[in-house]
Amino acid sequence: MPKRTDIHKILVIGSGPIIIGQAAEFDYSGTQACLALREEGYETVLVNSNPATIMTDNEIADHVYIEPLTVESVSRIIRKEYPDAILPTLGGQIGLNLAVALSKTGLLDELHIQLLGTKLDSIDEAEDREKFKELMQRLGEPVPASQTVETVDGALDFAHKIGYPVIVRPAFTMGGTGGGMCHNDEELKAIAANGLDLSPATQCLIEKSIAGYKEIEFEVMRDASDNAMVVCCMENFDPVGIHTGDSIVFAPSQTLSDREYQMLRDCALKLIRALKIEGGCNVQLALDPNSYHYDVIEVNPRVSRSSALASKATGYPIAKMAAKIAVGLNLDEIKNPVTGTTYAEFEPALDYVVCKIPRWPFDKFTRADRRLGSQMKATGEVMAIGRTAEEALQKAVRSLEIDQKDLFSAPAHQATDIQLEDKLVHAEDDRLFYVAEAFRRGYTIEDVHELTKINDYFLDVVHHLIELEKQIEDHPEDVATLRTAKKYGFSDPTIAKLWKTTPEKVRALRKQEGILPVYKMVDTCAAEFDSSTPYFYSTYDRENESQRTGKESVLVIGSGPIRIGQGVEFDYATVHCVKALQSMGYEAIVMNSNPETVSTDFSVSDKLYFEPLTLEDVMNVIDLEQPMGVIVQFGGQTAINLAAGLAKNGVQILGTSVKDLDAAEDRRIFDEIIKKLELKQPVGLTATTHQGVIDAAEKIGYPVLVRPSYVLGGKAMEIVYNEGELREYLKENADVAADHPILIDAYLEGRECEVDAICDGTDVLLPGIMEHIEHAGVHSGDSMAVYPPQSFDDDIKHQIVSATKKLAIALKCQGIMNIQFIIHDHEAYVLEVNPRASRTVPFLSKITGIEMAQVATRVILGKSLAEQGYKDGLYPESKTIHVKAPVFSFNKLDDVDSYLGPEMKSTGEVMGSDQTFAKALYKAFAGAKMQLPDNGSVLLTIEDNDKQTILPLAKRFALIGWRLLATKGTADFLKENGLHVETVGKIGEEDGEHNILRVIKDNKVDLVINTMGHDYAKNSDGFIIRQTAIEHNVPLLTALDTVGALLRALENRSFSTTAL
Amino acid sequence: MMERYLVLEDGSVYAGEAFGADRSTLGEVVFTTGMTGYQEAITDQSYANQILVFTNPLIGNYGVNLDDYESLEPQIKGVICHQVARRPSNWRMQDTLPNFLDQREIPGIQGIDTRELVRKLRQHGTLRGAIVDNVDELADLLKKIKASHPTANIISQVSTKSPYPNPGTKRNIVVIDFGIKHSILRELAERECNVIVLPYTATAQQVLNLKADGILLSNGPGDPEEMEGAAAMVAEVEKHLPLFGICMGHQVFALANGAKTYKMKFGHRGFNHPVRNIATGEIDFTSQNHGYAVDPQSIDSTKLLVTHEEVNDGTVEGLRHKQYPAFSVQFHPDAAPGPHDADSLFDDFISMVDQQRSERTNA
Repeated sequence: MPKRTDIHKILVIGSGPIIIGQAAEFDYSGTQACLALREEGYETVLVNSNPATIMTDNEIADHVYIEPLTVESVSRIIRKEYPDAILPTLGGQIGLNLAVALSKTGLLDELHIQLLGTKLDSIDEAEDREKFKELMQRLGEPVPASQTVETVDGALDFAHKIGYPVIVRPAFTMGGTGGGMCHNDEELKAIAANGLDLSPATQCLIEKSIAGYKEIEFEVMRDASDNAMVVCCMENFDPVGIHTGDSIVFAPSQTLSDREYQMLRDCALKLIRALKIEGGCNVQLALDPNSYHYDVIEVNPRVSRSSALASKATGYPIAKMAAKIAVGLNLDEIKNPVTGTTYAEFEPALDYVVCKIPRWPFDKFTRADRRLGSQMKATGEVMAIGRTAEEALQKAVRSLEIDQKDLFSAPAHQATDIQLEDKLVHAEDDRLFYVAEAFRRGYTIEDVHELTKINDYFLDVVHHLIELEKQIEDHPEDVATLRTAKKYGFSDPTIAKLWKTTPEKVRALRKQEGILPVYKMVDTCAAEFDSSTPYFYSTYDRENESQRTGKESVLVIGSGPIRIGQGVEFDYATVHCVKALQSMGYEAIVMNSNPETVSTDFSVSDKLYFEPLTLEDVMNVIDLEQPMGVIVQFGGQTAINLAAGLAKNGVQILGTSVKDLDAAEDRRIFDEIIKKLELKQPVGLTATTHQGVIDAAEKIGYPVLVRPSYVLGGKAMEIVYNEGELREYLKENADVAADHPILIDAYLEGRECEVDAICDGTDVLLPGIMEHIEHAGVHSGDSMAVYPPQSFDDDIKHQIVSATKKLAIALKCQGIMNIQFIIHDHEAYVLEVNPRASRTVPFLSKITGIEMAQVATRVILGKSLAEQGYKDGLYPESKTIHVKAPVFSFNKLDDVDSYLGPEMKSTGEVMGSDQTFAKALYKAFAGAKMQLPDNGSVLLTIEDNDKQTILPLAKRFALIGWRLLATKGTADFLKENGLHVETVGKIGEEDGEHNILRVIKDNKVDLVINTMGHDYAKNSDGFIIRQTAIEHNVPLLTALDTVGALLRALENRSFSTTAL
Repeated sequence: MMERYLVLEDGSVYAGEAFGADRSTLGEVVFTTGMTGYQEAITDQSYANQILVFTNPLIGNYGVNLDDYESLEPQIKGVICHQVARRPSNWRMQDTLPNFLDQREIPGIQGIDTRELVRKLRQHGTLRGAIVDNVDELADLLKKIKASHPTANIISQVSTKSPYPNPGTKRNIVVIDFGIKHSILRELAERECNVIVLPYTATAQQVLNLKADGILLSNGPGDPEEMEGAAAMVAEVEKHLPLFGICMGHQVFALANGAKTYKMKFGHRGFNHPVRNIATGEIDFTSQNHGYAVDPQSIDSTKLLVTHEEVNDGTVEGLRHKQYPAFSVQFHPDAAPGPHDADSLFDDFISMVDQQRSERTNA
């Protein structure tokens, strides 16, 4: 069928902020979809609340709205834009749920707006557990014995009937939120209750566990003419039992015979046809490793994280094709953009092995429960491509940006056999390293299989690497061994470690012997057809396919996996850097390891190398491409950390030089610069021993801010108020403290703010100042922020601008930098300088219209700000007010304290913009899922120190008609001050109707404000209250500044009532 | 580890590691893009006298088992791959691939840059080559390779020498064996057919004497134009019996009706080839293994109709006779290895047979 001509204007719904289970992949799919629709000549309207996305760039859609993804706000956009149709299947679960909600309001019928792609009843059939089960029965497809329940008793009854273990799967929740495996009544009671609570439909599926089966995923596509095909089949290293988002995954399938593969393929195609999916869909199947028996686990009737992975793994752009199918095109009418010669109706053939490993946030949340199960916990993932599974696995491990750079892990090495076996049985994020360690200790594949149920084939991949490890160790400097080692993905540093030499020496030997990587193309067709896709991976084989072009090129280093502190913002900046390079006529070459992002879409750059971001891997690409230089300013700390090593190898770092990058990060040099410029900064000292740290703190005076040097996202950063807390900190962070000096700073009270500046050596452009709403103790990434500043007068702004200019010039910044200030006693103190693009770049770029990463890139390549038409100093402030709000994923992670502090905890952000501060605040809160009723109830549990601060806030709640609930201490205090407060019982007091936890669990309150006991204890009252609020999806605030902002937003919507 | 070499007729040499049988061999080097099904491919007689390159970087990963044979005596000359799995694992596994190849006297080489090799075959077209343990006498070897005709008269080597039955009930079907895959017999057995397999030399009279209900022309290796006798047989039999041709059978059917065939540059081998049913627009992914194809221009002047085409390169994938109940497909609806998308073609054949049977009974 040719494309539809009865529709002209299409609304695309994005996926909102990044949270666990819904990450950058939807920026990739949404961007692709918008571009595909434009390519077909449709006018596009895009709505997304997340500014840190490429999809919200003006050039992606015709009309871009950065507005909350709520029925209310999207309805407003619809009534303004009158689209003919909505494309809801590319914005993840958020987009899909919103489309369903919009359709229920009747608005779509009223305005004759069609939903494109898969029909809503199909979506419902795939997502409603009971309907799905009925469909499977009709089709004769097996599903694990299961029953939908709406009560905990129902769950228990069914579990008794089918026997434990069972899995609880709440209906309509993202990433399996609230689900889990239960082995007994006690576990089932807890998990089912929570799951029912989290499910918007109050439904849970109780399912017979098939843990231990092979987990196989198919990415399938279908068009309206019923053509259906498989894009990619992926096999999980971890058997059924661990969420696929938390599993190590290989593609293509590694252990399936053709009979098994075809049987499962038939099933996947049967399902997509039965569900009448128009577009892409993900089918998860479980195969008994000892028979032909399989079960259907689930179907995602939309583009998903797995489809982004499959797109990058095969080169086949699923989202783009899905968008074209949605407007009526058939697969055999769309060209395959990879080959350019064949059609999209083509099942890709791979001639390489892909390995994906999730990236978990446990380096940040050291106290979190790391156990893996049906609830996804990873924030991002890496992908690596090799010609053997061994090579792909090793490349993926070194892409992770964790302590382990290969299969050796110190904690695993130190574990006792008992601990090790426990780690193998109860999978956590680091199980792979324990598998490797077990083989080092002589465990057999049979032993490890018994403990892990991981397939022997996969175990042998690891076993092989451990054998090779030994072989390498036993043959120092042996060329044949080196050749073998490289073929199976061993890095130079790992070989060096085993040979007790340096990576440089290994590299030198390697080059001398001509053991160099070649680069092979990802072409969807295993070289059967001629392709010109500029998408490559390295391997140690014979023929190199990546040819240098004659054009002058620049290498841009991406930011690797999405993790807390380094999110999609850096991918945004990377993509913009590429655009600027291309517009200046350079060939832009991108290196990155993250399959979810736009930067790893091969159509974005001139050449894409899907590679680990380590010095060795980057140097190899540089050796081949001979770029004029490398840009490291946009790839976050990942790219910056490579700069010194690259420079040492004679590589030209474009922009701020390595020496000057160091000046910003080296405490001593930086202090001198500050002194010379006569700027202010909090008193700070550096110490390398525990006693030194304690002495320094004493000298500065408590409270102090402590952190290791060279950190990102405030890792291991804390405010300590006394020596006891400091000692505790040192004990907790002993391992970090051993490697890095510790920085101790005076902790100043005041308003924090930050600026991003672009400097060409002469002029310094400040696109804007962002004022933080929370006090300085909250990490800037977790703070709400407003542009333009609301509480700074011209003098303060002048101080900020002047300090920024001085610093940029003194630090010889060429390109972009970020500075954080604290305004203390009406004076601007410099807190921190990052000589690179920060996470506020997309935010300020969207607000000011200055494409900051592009301007900075041009500066880096020698085009001055003046030549680009920008003036020195602060860019004129806009009249619209923009508020950025962080978004957290606490409900996915057990045992993480949600109390905000100097260590970053948020996973994403939203933006709210309007004509007044209050309205912008309201939108930001709404976008961050804090849409509160006009008259609600707020539960207050406040630390004694904060009581004076809460009083005016409580009064303001009362004034706009909110009910106040509080525990005794807080309640008494507020009552004394004339407020009407209902007292609730403390934790441990009688578990009646008025107990604090009961009140939260019963949804009797709309908001919880808690500032209590932010210590380490998991069993502290404050922690339990916060956890309970999060588990029950009750909005929670832990910083009183945020409460003030929220009140401002609420007050704006209400009328105050005062008696005469 | 023993070194072993693949030498191509253009003089290029690829060094790798030996596995399978310890012997030298010579054949036509072709590649398949299927990501599973190495056992089916290796035992497929259509690969007779060919050296098969697997583009999937790993084979041998689930071993070998008795269920998945496509012929009892594989005629393939050698196997080239990037990596053979060290530790295959599958509940059905009865042997490892290297052992199996060793017993069948088929040599293999792993550690080859198969992608480089495939790119060469794509650019130059199919090449002849040899697997050898050393390249000391390269010039002589090249001479030998160039003088070879690996697939000449190949069907005479793989086709059965004498008729044999595959007993069943209900329908009587004659199958002409040009190098038949077991999967075709499996499909017929599943559909209640009593099958008699005849050698490719069967004459029309011999076929018609069996009073069968239908005839199926099997797949097979080599150049269809060598099948003049079979084509003459088909030209007569199609007038009397419902006919279904697969792969070589399709080409013989085309030749029997006056169309022509040609040798493709590097053929279709794999199972991601989309094929469009021209009448319905439906597309199936098909399993394919052919180095020759029917020339579309030669069809206009015949009584044949093109029913199927390859979506990407337009290759003739299916034909139907305008007057007789006879049709053929270039691909393998019997799959094995490959997708089952097109297996309903066997049902079409059976209903054609049944219709003819009922007409005969009613007449």
